Amino acid sequence: MNNILTVARKEIQEGRRNRWVLATTLLLAGLALTLTFLGSAPTGNVGVNQLDVVIVSLSSLAIFLLPLIALLLSHDAIVGESERGTLILLLSYPVGRSEIVIGKFLGHLSILAFSTLIGFGAAAVALVASGTVISPASWRAFATMLGASILLGAVFLSIGYLISTLVRERSTAGGVAVGIWLFFVLIYDMALLGGLVAAQGRSVPSLLLDGLLLANPTDAYRLLNLGSGAASTLSGMGGVTAGSSLSAPILTVALLLWAIVPLGIANIVFARREA
Amino acid sequence: MTASVITTSVSKQYGGVAAVKDVSFELNAGETIALVGHNGAGKTTLIKLMLGLIRPTSGSVTMLGGDPARGDFHVRQSVGYLPESVSFHMALTGRETLAFYARLKRVEFSNAELLFKRVGLAAEAVDRPVRTYSKGMRQRLGLAQALLGTPRVLLLDEPTSGLDPALRHNFYDLISELRADGATVLLSSHALTELENRADRVIIIDRGVKIADGTLDELRHIASLPTRVIIRLSDMEASPRWSGEWCRQSGGAWEVSVDAADKIDLLKKMTSEPSLLESLTLAEPTLDELYAHFLGRQAAQ
Repeated sequence: MNNILTVARKEIQEGRRNRWVLATTLLLAGLALTLTFLGSAPTGNVGVNQLDVVIVSLSSLAIFLLPLIALLLSHDAIVGESERGTLILLLSYPVGRSEIVIGKFLGHLSILAFSTLIGFGAAAVALVASGTVISPASWRAFATMLGASILLGAVFLSIGYLISTLVRERSTAGGVAVGIWLFFVLIYDMALLGGLVAAQGRSVPSLLLDGLLLANPTDAYRLLNLGSGAASTLSGMGGVTAGSSLSAPILTVALLLWAIVPLGIANIVFARREA
Repeated sequence: MTASVITTSVSKQYGGVAAVKDVSFELNAGETIALVGHNGAGKTTLIKLMLGLIRPTSGSVTMLGGDPARGDFHVRQSVGYLPESVSFHMALTGRETLAFYARLKRVEFSNAELLFKRVGLAAEAVDRPVRTYSKGMRQRLGLAQALLGTPRVLLLDEPTSGLDPALRHNFYDLISELRADGATVLLSSHALTELENRADRVIIIDRGVKIADGTLDELRHIASLPTRVIIRLSDMEASPRWSGEWCRQSGGAWEVSVDAADKIDLLKKMTSEPSLLESLTLAEPTLDELYAHFLGRQAAQ
């Protein structure tokens, strides 16, 4: 446990020194604030709770950005250290291989969580500061969105670690990471949409649709944030969720599995790998 | 003497290629051993095997009584390792780097200043990011981490590369101190001449096979390479009267190679007529020559 914390701490220290923490926090805060104030323009102040609008726009932003940031941080984690020559020294120390993987993962997760909380939190703070009244229900939805966003980050960190232990070269890891990002964030949904269009209105078995939505963590995230409450009406996701039996707990468990399983496999692969 | 490291018929194959073949040796406490061989001869593979970073294809390695690949805490804690061309996380400072490794080894970090001083890392450099370090400074930081927690076994892969002569000297003093404390020190190196009087024992590796193992004297004896005798005569015009194939060197000196068996005899004859001699130098076969000899013998087989 001590070793895990030591490794995590070093990872955070490095992230701060590399300006990773600063850059991602500023990026997320900047975009979140922009969306908050641009987003309130069309709706005005009538009818809908402004924070719900922010939740919808921030989740859409997070779906693109957080996986990208997470993969950028993590694809290099093991293969990069191996290529730079720092891994071999670390492995000669009294520290287990799983402690290295989990420690580094937790370090990266802390960086990501910090950036998300501060960056997205800035949007809420800005709303409050501008005198908007926010209902408790909206606050809860906002908190859920923050938690889900961090979980989404964890999923893609975990996938990045798996890539990083499987490949032999950094450049390969980078290429695979970009491919994974494109697949989950763009291609998968387009293919899914294409499939639904091709089905020409015939009803798709709901179990199949549920499975397809859970098989992509970004879809699970989208449903979790936009599938219920005020956000579902705003985002138009209500239509999808109506035909689906996926509840918030199921979606959360799916995301947790997405975060744990690739990291677990990465651990096994790394334990067998020879330095 | 107690053996800190034992390898028994250890072999390691990568794919179909044998990097190390059937190597056995023991490294004892309080001993400094030079591991010598070409690039790619298998030195680094042997060191990785001793560290347990890779597992032998056959044979076994024992480090401080245990299997190093199991990664026992007390074993890993008592081993210091300096990788060949060591690298660190560029963004951290030297002090942060050392603190990180000290924490992993559960070593008190209070004596950091002493450690930095011992390896000759200037105080102003310690709090700068490693990114700004020269190769020599990184090497010194590498040594500092290897010395954390007074290790009982030190495995140093090309430790003096990038160090200037003064620091090399300093480094070998450090090694002597450690040896006096009973540590086992294994140095792999190309710079054979500087190992000459530093290593108690030399192990020569060629293409994965151990081809020689012994003290320098033992190796000299086995190799029975001739000793070179260089003299300067008082009379510059004369030539040496003693038997042997004397050759004239530039600068007026004479040189002859004699076998170990005839060496004493020749010296006796020469020194019985001291008035003829202006100076006399003996050059024993150097480690370089021994190395070349053993490699040549290996190639001939």
